[in-house]
Amino acid sequence: MIAFHNVYKSYNGSYSASEALRGVTFKIQPNEFVSLVGKSGAGKSTLIKLLIGEEKPTKGRVVLGSYEVNKLSNSEMPKLRKHIGVIFQDFRLLANKTAYENVAFALEVAGASQQEIDEFVPQVLDMVGLDERMYNFPHELSGGERQRVAIARAMVHRPEVIVADEPTGNLDPFNTWEIIKLLVKINELGTTVILATHDKEVINSLSKRVITLDKGVVVRDEENGKFTLI
Amino acid sequence: MITNIIRIIKYGLKNFLRNGWLSVATVVVMLLALSFFLFLIVFRFITISTLDSVRDKIDISVYFIESAPEDEIIRIQKSLEGLEQVKSVEYISKDEALERFKNRHTNDAAAQALEELDDNPFLPSINVKAYDPSDYSNIASYLENDSFKSIIEKVTFAQNQIVIERLTAIIENVNRGGLFLTLILAVVAVLVAFNTIWLAMYSNKEEIGIMRLVGATNSYIRGPYIVEGIVYGIIAAILSILIAGPFILFIDPWIAKITPEIDLKIYFFSNILILTLYQLIFGIALGAISSFIAIRKYMRV
Repeated sequence: MIAFHNVYKSYNGSYSASEALRGVTFKIQPNEFVSLVGKSGAGKSTLIKLLIGEEKPTKGRVVLGSYEVNKLSNSEMPKLRKHIGVIFQDFRLLANKTAYENVAFALEVAGASQQEIDEFVPQVLDMVGLDERMYNFPHELSGGERQRVAIARAMVHRPEVIVADEPTGNLDPFNTWEIIKLLVKINELGTTVILATHDKEVINSLSKRVITLDKGVVVRDEENGKFTLI
Repeated sequence: MITNIIRIIKYGLKNFLRNGWLSVATVVVMLLALSFFLFLIVFRFITISTLDSVRDKIDISVYFIESAPEDEIIRIQKSLEGLEQVKSVEYISKDEALERFKNRHTNDAAAQALEELDDNPFLPSINVKAYDPSDYSNIASYLENDSFKSIIEKVTFAQNQIVIERLTAIIENVNRGGLFLTLILAVVAVLVAFNTIWLAMYSNKEEIGIMRLVGATNSYIRGPYIVEGIVYGIIAAILSILIAGPFILFIDPWIAKITPEIDLKIYFFSNILILTLYQLIFGIALGAISSFIAIRKYMRV
């Protein structure tokens, strides 16, 4: 289970502090598919950064399974991150590793044996449709292919949660649907998926839970939600 | 654990190969730093050997009056040998001095002039060498002793005093200055190499952040970069020795002209293993420590 309890996050600027999140509280049950929507600057990315421990809240608690994320030290982060798979808008693949090595890396850091790597990596790459491009480097792949490598990397170690921050932001409509279909499939296989996006069509067609943020506050939280900005 | 170590080494080597020109450029800078380090070792050998040979040429001669009895001279020789500053004392009798003179001047006018004389014009003498040139003034004043004075004709120290003192000062300054210069230049070389590795690692800043987000531990991220730094060091160390070999052969005749006592070629090739070891230690330490420090900065995601 994932829970945010009265979470605040402010950034200190040169002249004044800006509040990215103000008293955010919600829970996400295992196997849920939740979309986070909101305008740019509403606090979606901040919320995800707090969940994966990339940043710490100014106030409040962030819980993921048995971990109280806001209390983890730098050296405890790797343990938390073994339970999460993260997908970013800008892919964040390791540039000097092939698609295969990028996916294998997530397994290696999770402590998998060579045998497991040899077995799972081709399977997962096959699942995202990249079995023929696994020895290409990221710069040799298209945007859609790169994002599929990122998805393969995020799911290969079978995390409980997959967090996707604007995963389709840099993709054309065709690739957008391919990626969303993959995320739905991953969710059906039993993984919690949190999808931050401002793609109206995607949200409306999913018919899943939608949490809407505005200026750092949760303004709507609906099952079978639609994309509605205030 | 062992699997992890193997993976770290594998990725370190792969990074090195895949970085291409960046690796080449880093190795070249490391090579310059290490060659410089090697040059400093060889330069130090040359200056120390030159100074030793100059030092070895300094001595003082004590000339005795013609009638000085040999056993008295030997007594003085023995008492000089008893001084801790004295390295060696050589007694040259009248006959021996004549013999040496003849050997040095076989066919010149000086030899002919000597023929004209019926008598052996040379005085018996002893030649004193000290461990440290600054001790010659002490030895000279020791010879002023009343019990020796009566049979001593002259001590050359008085005549050569200025030259000896000046040489002593030069030797000391060259030694001190050489060491200081070596240290300064070594620090500069280290900083340049360190900075280059730092820049090479800077290009990996983003990758380090990604690895952290994927869940890699600090040691798993840092490992391959340290291996990469070590590879830079090893390659640069081996190249520095391979380049220095022909270079030493090339400059050896010139060095031999300036200071015939030094055989740079023999020094280099008989010490090649220990020099390679120095270079490897220096290269590996420089590569590994620079990578370690440079990476640490980007590990805080």
